[in-house]
Amino acid sequence: MSEELYYKSASELSGLLEKGEVSSLELTRSIIGRTKAVEDRVAAFNSYDEADALAQAEASDQRRSTGNISGPLDGIPVGIKDILAVKDQPLTCSSKMLENFISPYDATCIQKLKQSGAVLWGRLNMDEFAMGSSTENSATHPTSNPWNLNCVPGGSSGGSAAAVAAGEAVLTLGSDTGGSIRQPASHCGVVGLKPTYGRVSRFGLAAFASSLDQVGPMARSVEDASLLLQAISGHDLRDSTSFRKEVPDFSKSLESLKGKKWKLGLPKEYFEKASDSAAMEPVQKAIDFYRELGCEIKEVSLPHTEYAVATYYIIATAEASSNLARYDGIRYTHRAANFDPKDSVDVYNQSRAEGFGEEVKRRIILGTYVLSSGYYDAYYLKAQKARTLIRQDFEKAYEEVDALLTPTSPFPAFEKGAKMEDPLSMYLSDIYTISANLAGIPGLSLPCGYSNGMPVGLQILGKPFQEDEMLAIGQAFESAHDFKNQHPEL
Amino acid sequence: MEYEAVIGLEVHVQIKAESKIFTRCKAGFGFEPNTLVDPVVMGLPGALPVMNKKALDGVIKAGLALNCTIPDVCKWDRKNYFYPDSPNNYQITQYDQPICEGGLVEIELSGDSRAAMGEHKKIQLTRIHLENDVGKLNHFTEDSLVDYNRAGTSLMEIVTEPDMHSGDEAFAFLTAVRQIMVYCGISDCDMEKGQMRADANISVRPVGQKELGSKIELKNLNSITGVKNGIEYEIKRQTRELKKGNTITQATWRWDADQGRTESMREKEDAHDYRYLPDPDLMPVRIDDEWKNWIRAEIPELPFDKQRRFIEAYDLPYTITSVLVPDRELSEYFEAAAKRSPKMAQAIGNYVTNDVLRELSETGQSLAECKVTAEHLLSLVNAVEKGTITKQIGKDVFLEMFKSGELADAVIERKGLKPNFDEDQVKVWCQEAIDENPRPVDDFKAGNEKALNALLGPVMKKSRGKANPQIVNQLLRELIS
Repeated sequence: MSEELYYKSASELSGLLEKGEVSSLELTRSIIGRTKAVEDRVAAFNSYDEADALAQAEASDQRRSTGNISGPLDGIPVGIKDILAVKDQPLTCSSKMLENFISPYDATCIQKLKQSGAVLWGRLNMDEFAMGSSTENSATHPTSNPWNLNCVPGGSSGGSAAAVAAGEAVLTLGSDTGGSIRQPASHCGVVGLKPTYGRVSRFGLAAFASSLDQVGPMARSVEDASLLLQAISGHDLRDSTSFRKEVPDFSKSLESLKGKKWKLGLPKEYFEKASDSAAMEPVQKAIDFYRELGCEIKEVSLPHTEYAVATYYIIATAEASSNLARYDGIRYTHRAANFDPKDSVDVYNQSRAEGFGEEVKRRIILGTYVLSSGYYDAYYLKAQKARTLIRQDFEKAYEEVDALLTPTSPFPAFEKGAKMEDPLSMYLSDIYTISANLAGIPGLSLPCGYSNGMPVGLQILGKPFQEDEMLAIGQAFESAHDFKNQHPEL
Repeated sequence: MEYEAVIGLEVHVQIKAESKIFTRCKAGFGFEPNTLVDPVVMGLPGALPVMNKKALDGVIKAGLALNCTIPDVCKWDRKNYFYPDSPNNYQITQYDQPICEGGLVEIELSGDSRAAMGEHKKIQLTRIHLENDVGKLNHFTEDSLVDYNRAGTSLMEIVTEPDMHSGDEAFAFLTAVRQIMVYCGISDCDMEKGQMRADANISVRPVGQKELGSKIELKNLNSITGVKNGIEYEIKRQTRELKKGNTITQATWRWDADQGRTESMREKEDAHDYRYLPDPDLMPVRIDDEWKNWIRAEIPELPFDKQRRFIEAYDLPYTITSVLVPDRELSEYFEAAAKRSPKMAQAIGNYVTNDVLRELSETGQSLAECKVTAEHLLSLVNAVEKGTITKQIGKDVFLEMFKSGELADAVIERKGLKPNFDEDQVKVWCQEAIDENPRPVDDFKAGNEKALNALLGPVMKKSRGKANPQIVNQLLRELIS
């Protein structure tokens, strides 16, 4: 049984731990063993600290032996995207810039996760500073898609998605600025959830684009995702953009919302330009499933969809250009060595030239440009207006339906290197996901089938702060299919 | 051709608060370098700012005290520029929606003499906004080191219209602002600790010309006197240049207080583009009437209003008010006694501005430590007024009170300062004085009233100061006639 532990769901493991049939130490050893077995091929991690994980597992078992467990995640290994601050652990954002940075503090979601008793496991690879859709923009190494090692896992939370798919973690945390949880989830055949903006504290999440970033769970089942979401959600005094709103008990709502006949909308703009019909087929089947379930399926319109990509790349890069200014070679970041700087500007220029990768530089330059005097009104201000229109599109749609069904990505995982020379086509990977970030609404991706052997994701977009409904809708599909038990052959 | 100067000031005032503007990290001055820091202050990855309400309260209070308009909503913007003292390489400030708009500051120029009130004027403000302070660079031969203790301190910037015309006006403006800030408890405005800093924009134009001349931004003005001197120097310099037919190029200059001259720092950075953007980490703030009213109720009577009232209600001379009023504590100390005995206000004012201040300064005590309370002051002026002791003895009694903390009557009793001799004894001394000083007696008889003083002295001397001068005066008159 031990060799399969790593593929069990968090909810099942939670029961096994409670019954004493398994210990956190056994489970954590199983995860470590699996990681060591497949990591040479998957390469999901930037680093991991075995001794630290085992110590946490022991502490969990200790708590359990005295009847003091903290909740359903107590003792369960959760992988962490290398963009979240964990006290005394590296925080690299997969950038050379932060290659030697050890965080002196915990992110709020990490603090909450520690309080839940979870075993924090490793630092997961990503596109540098979360900029990318393939994890190829990592300064450390690319991560492979466990379903096909020649393919990318998606990104930017590619390490988080691949680790869950490969059994290297039971659950992982990712972050989503334009689809960075949902798109890799769909590519790796796992569940990924971007919460409503403000649901999860951003304190301790290295910022890419502050008004778009959210931390969220990645898991092998909807229920598991809900468990992790539960642990990290809630208002935080250290994040002014976190929302003062009651967090529902997601497990309870999954129960109570079971069997509900939902009104589900299909945004026509998302289906008109479906680029890869093979990838659309599983999504169409999923839609049929809901129809057969008795849900009302209706077409809705999000008329400003065509402006989403442009709007996103203006706002995200503008914020990024400012957010990443702190990585300057002065205090804790990479500083160019072996040269004699004339002045501090010299230190900045050389350190940033060496410390940042191509894509990060591209976005900083783009963001700097759109904020420049004389261009601000034409780009940034206009993008903010477009953003309002995009949000209003969703508000209108939600007057008619409970949630929207869309593909997560226009195509399944592509081969490594296929889009690296074509940033624009890479940017279009996010076409179905970025609107949710612009509108601040929650989004869920769950596996709904395969295209040429590669997983395809169904995206469910929910109403603000109604992740519970979105999860229930997802679970209705999941429970009638077997995708959550499908694992790649490694 | 006649020239006139036009001056605008940008005054930075640190807001007194336990913690920094965006985090609970302690704020302070004089600590070991880089000890007042945390992830937010240092701009570590993932750190987020959260607004300190005390800082907002401070700016609202300043705005209300300086007659600004407080719009319902203000917001936060990032000013992007790279400098090692700025941990995020952007400053969080307010670009187009500051907390306070407009405003008027009453100032007083110096009068013809110290005893005369000077001219009062009102200086227009443009705005007051809130932002974070930056760290401090220390340059050494090999390296430069940064101390981030000051970084993240709550800082308000008070921007004036180009509404002043001399170093004196700028001096008076800063003095007025500082007094109001201290009165309101917003800041201690200690320029040596960097709690108040000023930059001046100075331009000169021919009298009668409407448009402003090219301005020089003058920095490194480290004291209020420095502001005055720097501005005066710069006005002379610019006027001289213009008179020579030269033009002034917009630039940043610095005041060198040691050399007593200004020098060019850099040409105006036209190229500098701060790429302002609304800060996505901070929500706009709505300031409603309830909030404003609550703060308004906290604002004390302002210095010039108090001064006018003191002159009117207590019939105080300007000189006394000009010592009392700038110090809120001192003026309240005075008034605690004066309002209980308004007729004695001037005597109280004299004790406060002379004796109390002298002894405090000699002993290095603060007013709060002073054992002479309002109650004590009243006991002293009453003893003098009733004639129990003379003014002269009063000075000694005060010294005793200051040391021991006793009321005047207790000191008088303990030291035996009460006149314990009868009128007959005084009469004998008066007669002796008359006999010993025939000339003043003759003069007095001849109608010179003042001559009596020459007799008063010897009597007081014989009584060792204990005789009541009024009684002596009366007895002398009786005896001579």
